[in-house]
Formats: sequence, C-alpha cells, structure tokens
Amino acid sequence: MSKIRKLLSGNEAIALGAYHAGVRVATAYPGTPSTEILENMARFKDLYAEWSTNEKVAMEVGLGASYAGVRTLVSMKHVGLNVAADPFMAAATTGVHGGLVIVSADDPGIHSSQGEQDNRHFARLGRVPMIEPADSQEAYDFVTTAYEISEKYDTPVLFRITTRVAHSKSVVEVDMATLRAERNKYFHHHVEKYVMLPGHARLRVPHMHNRMAEITALAEVTPLNQVIEGDNRTGIISSGVGYEYAREVFPGASFLKLGLIYPLPPKLLQRFAGQVKKLFVVEELDPFLEETIKTMGIKVEGKQHIPRHGELNIGVVRHAAVKAEFLPPAGATTAATIGDLPGRPPLLCAGCPHAGAFFVLSTIGKRSKVLDASGRSEKESGLIITGDIGCYTLATYPPLRAMDTTACMGASIGQAIGLVKAGVTSKVVAVIGDSTFMHSGITGLIDAVYNDASITVIILDNGTTAMTGHQDHPGSGISAQGATTQKVAIEKVVEGVGVKNLQVVDAFDMKAIRSAIRSALDSGQLSVVIVRGKCAVTNRVRKNKRRVDQDACNDCGICLMIGCPAIQKKDGRVYIEAGTCMGDACGICQQICPKRAIGLEVKGA
Amino acid sequence: MKSRDQGKQDILMVGVGGQGIILASDILGDVALDIGLDVKKTDTLGMAQRGGSVTSHLRIGQKVWSPLINASEADILLAFEKLEGARWVGYLKPGGAVIINNMAIPPLSISLGTQVYPEDEAILDSFRRITGAVYLVDGTERVAGLGDARTLNIFMLGYLSRFLPLKITDAQWEKGMARHLPAKILDLNKRAFEAGRETAAGVNI
Repeated sequence: MSKIRKLLSGNEAIALGAYHAGVRVATAYPGTPSTEILENMARFKDLYAEWSTNEKVAMEVGLGASYAGVRTLVSMKHVGLNVAADPFMAAATTGVHGGLVIVSADDPGIHSSQGEQDNRHFARLGRVPMIEPADSQEAYDFVTTAYEISEKYDTPVLFRITTRVAHSKSVVEVDMATLRAERNKYFHHHVEKYVMLPGHARLRVPHMHNRMAEITALAEVTPLNQVIEGDNRTGIISSGVGYEYAREVFPGASFLKLGLIYPLPPKLLQRFAGQVKKLFVVEELDPFLEETIKTMGIKVEGKQHIPRHGELNIGVVRHAAVKAEFLPPAGATTAATIGDLPGRPPLLCAGCPHAGAFFVLSTIGKRSKVLDASGRSEKESGLIITGDIGCYTLATYPPLRAMDTTACMGASIGQAIGLVKAGVTSKVVAVIGDSTFMHSGITGLIDAVYNDASITVIILDNGTTAMTGHQDHPGSGISAQGATTQKVAIEKVVEGVGVKNLQVVDAFDMKAIRSAIRSALDSGQLSVVIVRGKCAVTNRVRKNKRRVDQDACNDCGICLMIGCPAIQKKDGRVYIEAGTCMGDACGICQQICPKRAIGLEVKGA
Repeated sequence: MKSRDQGKQDILMVGVGGQGIILASDILGDVALDIGLDVKKTDTLGMAQRGGSVTSHLRIGQKVWSPLINASEADILLAFEKLEGARWVGYLKPGGAVIINNMAIPPLSISLGTQVYPEDEAILDSFRRITGAVYLVDGTERVAGLGDARTLNIFMLGYLSRFLPLKITDAQWEKGMARHLPAKILDLNKRAFEAGRETAAGVNI
C-alpha cells in the first residue's frame, strides 16, 4: 500500500508535497513561520536545498533554477517577500520554465515578526496566481497543482500560508508512490523572455494580463475551489484557516471554500450568491476577498464585523457572526479569570553570549537613569542603541533595556548613520547579529564607510541563526544539507570594505567587552566590535555551576541586571538556580559582582 | 451546539519552554491518530528558544476543524507550571478537569521585585469556581525520585491518560513514545508514564 496517514505540520506537508511534485531546487532564508519548509526539504538528499544569504538571493537562485527547467520551491516569511520583492516582480514578468512556487508565510497576530501584513496583495501586484491551503492535507495536495499551474500558464505561483496553517499539525494522507519523474534540464536562449530590456518587458506585460484572464477561467472550474451545499439562508465565503473556524461556527451553512484566492472566479461567485440569502466573507487580515467580490456587484458582509488585524479564532468569528445577525445571540458565557498575573516575557537564555555586551551597553551614557520602566523618555540618553532582528532584540525588555530601535533586517546600521548625520549629540551604536549582518547588514556598513559615519557597529556573533532555531548561514561554514563549505569570515568582510577600527572580543570576557566598546566609542570614527561566543542553546557543556556565597552577598542586585533566568531572588536573597546555570561556559555574573560573592558551586554546600 | 461527537476531547497543555510540553502533545496526537481519530494540534511559543510561556492545543474527535481550542471549551487543562495554569483558566470548560503540576517557575519580574507570584490558594480557587475537578500533582517531586527531572512531560502524560475517555492500549502508548523518544531513554520514560498513571489511579476522577 502506498498511502499512509501521518500527522504533519503545514510546513512539513508543503515540503513533502513539493518533493513528490518533483522539486529539485529549494531555497529560503529562515523566518518564522516558514523555516521548517526548507529544513524538511534539506533532508531529501536527491535534491538541492540551500539557506540563501537573504530572501532576495533565495528568489534569484530560485528563478535561475526555474530557467534551467527544474521545479523550484522558494519559501520565506511575509516580510521576507518585501526583501525579495524586486526579483519576485522580475519573475512575475519573465515567467518561468520549470515550475516556480513561492511560499509566503504570513503571521497574523504577530507571533514572531516585526509587523503584520497581508501578502495576498502581492498576487495582485505581480499579476500572479495565489493558492491558499486551509490545513496540512491541502498544503500537501495543492503544491502539486501549483506546479501544474505555474508551468501551464508560464507564471510563478504564490503559495500563501499563515502561522496557524504552517505550524498546526493535522492528518495528511500521503501517496508515497507519486514521486515525479526527473524533468529535462536545459536553458534555452530566449532574450525576449529572459532579458528584461524595456522593449522586451513591454512585450511581457500583455502576457501577464492574458495569463490572468486564462487563470480566471481556470478558477471557475478548478477543484481548488469548492462549494459545500448546506442551508440556503447563510452562505460563507472563506479560505485558509478562517474556513476551519467558520465550519465550526456555522455547522449547517453553505460554503464556498476558495483554494485559488487570486484571481477569483466571477461566475462561480455569482452562482453561489444566487443560491443563498445572505453572504458572509470570513477572512483574516485585509478585506482582500471581500473587496474583489464587491467589485463584481455581489452584496457581501465581512469586515464591518470581523477585525482587520490579528488572528481569527472560533470566538472571534462567532462574535462577528452574532454582531452581523447571522447567528442568534448566545447565552452570556464569561471566561473565568484570575486578575493580573505576572507576565512571562521571553528572555535571553542563561549563558547567552549576547547578555554581556548588552549589560555593558546598559551601563553607558546614564541609560539606566534616563530611561524608566515605561519605555518612554523625553530625554536623550548619552548612548543611542539601534537594534536589529534576532534573539538579541529581547535586550529591549527590563532589566537590560538596551535597545532603542528595531525596524527590519539590517536596519540598525542605516538607522545609526541617519541619527549621526542628523546631528544627534549622543554616541550611536548599532547592534546586529551575525546572520542578520550577512543578510543585509553589509550594505549598510559599506554606506557607513563610504559616507564616513562615526558610528560603532557591534556584531554579535554566536555562529548561528539562533532565533529561528539554529540554522546555518554563510558565517558558519556549513550548508543547509550539512556539507562543509567556505566560511565567510565576518572580520574579513569588515576589513575588506574598509573599516579601519575593528576589534574582536570574547562574549564572556566582561573586561574585554567593556574596554573594546569604550575604546570604539571614544575613537570618534567608524568602528566595529565583533563579540563572539557560542549560542547557549547549542552549547552542551555546563560544568561548574555558579553559586552565591550568602555571607558575602549584600543583595545589591547588580547581578539581577543581567536578566539571566538562572539568577533569582527569593525572600530577599539572591540565588542561582543550578538547573539553569551554564557554569564555566558563561561566568558573566561572577565577573560583575562587586562583592565577589559569586563563585564555583561547592559540592555538598 | 450539536451534541459532541464520540471521543471528542479538547486538551490544552501549558507550561514554560523547556518542560517538554510539545513532545507530550505530539505523542498523544500520534496515539489518537493511531486509534483512528481525527487530530489537530497547534503550539504557540514565544519568540525565545527557552523560558517563555508555551501552550499546545490538541483537539481529538471524529472530525476536527479549527486547530485552536475555543475559550471556555477545553475538556482538560494540563498545566506543567502553576502560574501558566492560572494564565489559561479561561480556556477550561465549566466542569472540565484541570491537572496542575505543583511547581512554580517564577518569571524574572518576581526576582526584580516588580510583581508577585500568585498564592496557591488563589490559583486553585480560580479553578474551583468553574469546576470541582482540580488536581494538584507533585509531578516534579515524583520524577526527581525516578532519577531524571526531564521525564516530567511523560509523567504528566501518564497522569493525563487516566482522564481520557479513549480506548488506548499500553502497546499503543508505547508505540507513540517510541516514535518520539530516543531508544536509550525510552525505558526511563516508560517508568515515568507508569508512575504518572499510578499516581492518578489513587484520585477520584
């Protein structure tokens, strides 16, 4: 028997579906909630998978592979598509040779992102079709259809998922016998298709519009879109995970469940509208379906009742349905509560190699006096810290409060240049991680060299892309599929672009960090400090846990200011939780204790 | 609502990153699939790798649509840590069962003195207002006695197993555990599962 039932996440299902569809090249840059797609692709040894330097490169590599005639998968988080927007639009214009599917993983509710955006708009922008699965079975099945559409209509296909589809597990019936035969690999010289000179691009644009007309005709009949007949009083139009919530909220209603969400099928929509008395569109984020349906002259309700931001769930959809009078008011059920509870914000781990540098930064420029717990201050501190995207963004929280900005990948350096060029009198430090530096920090650094910006750039090098689950990157020297490759040395890049003032320090040597940051700030010129130390999560050595000598400790609380989860205070006394402490791998608290009250764990003490 | 389908269970597992919650729900999810039921599960994790709040929604039934459990509708709340249990009290259905590991992991704000960890009685009372089925379990203490604190998740799963109105054989549980645990720690975890189940045998469900 070739069919098996498995519990798979949406991301696992996409990878398996892509493999069974014959994908031979897969590219990505890690980003929640899309990361596991490439991680799963990389496990197949009969295809090529890479962590690309960033999403733009991932898209370009994917486009090249498609031109060679092979089926290609490019995956990224929603904001990754912003980075890759330029080659995406190019791909939309040139079209493909081998099928090209681009997964955009949106994050409604902002579980782990710097913002919320509805990437369905990219389909309209690029004049490309978009497919959206609602669960893992559809994720698996729809990928194959996406490749067929891509090749038949000469277009990249956007495959849109959301966090709840990417990261939920549901039952998938997998057909293990469907492995697709190898395609012929060849590149054909075709300048009007592949060389986007204005004269050639002008020829491609009508093709883009024509293909959308053809795919609209497909949308009328494709099994990606299905009508579920039910009660004719209420018709629900939905797609993605919103459909799953709606099925529970409206158990007997009629449904038009859309899997091909761009372009929409006008005739099918008209027909469905004619079958039911009232239409309700259930969709997360923007009224993307709703507005398009309204332009067809069909009367629907939706976003006047359903929030335009955040995730939906059964409760939100039910509340909206009652408000819209699609459902009778339910009996008042108030969820139990217990009042204000202490939050549990994520923290830098015990033994985190970023903690020492941030502790030093938090003590410079009278930051602790100028900044209060509200996170706002009219006063400018003596040190402005522009931040970036990674675990280290958590240094924003108390007690460190060592970050003043975070915008998008690589922005810390450009923002620091802007602050200095605008004329702030404070010193400005940009803090960026190693993977983020490779992703898009290098161009900012070149800008600082070229335009002579006297900023300090601190590169926190933990040797991995930690935040998304420890993926390798150019600086780690290991490929996505585990091969040893040429390691890109950060210090050589920094020196190579012309930075004169460069220091490299051990992330757990507090004296060295302090003196390096001090001298960099005092130099008055562009300076880079690389703070290097292994990520605590990948570091398994935990010898010699630290302990607090209760006789020597005067409860000054300075060690608590590291924000280390292992350092706790109970009944007025500070102690170190042995199960959490990383011991010799860290030792930061021991170095900063003014009373030298922190030392090695004494057996039996 | 229509009558609940056969074997339908909404189970919310909550705790702190690093406690093995997701592994526990993965095992139960696979076991439920194995006995022929539909399964959906979704985990929500904070940004950090470790130390933040973790919740895992596991839904089992003849046909499950939403991956998320609705507020006030969880049949069972399995809390690996007391404060996290309290945080999700609003998800328990009236009359549902709540199983709380008797362990406090204070967030940093407690050490910094800016917030106070709730008293046990306040937490238990918040549950007692909606259900009589409140079970405080000394899980952390029990697994320490077994020799490895990391088996807490499997101990809790063993405890939970007594509460499930599903027919699951020992062999099916073992198969589920074997799929997710390395062979060298499988026996240790089987003992933790058994210890959890025995501990629950003494309580009046």
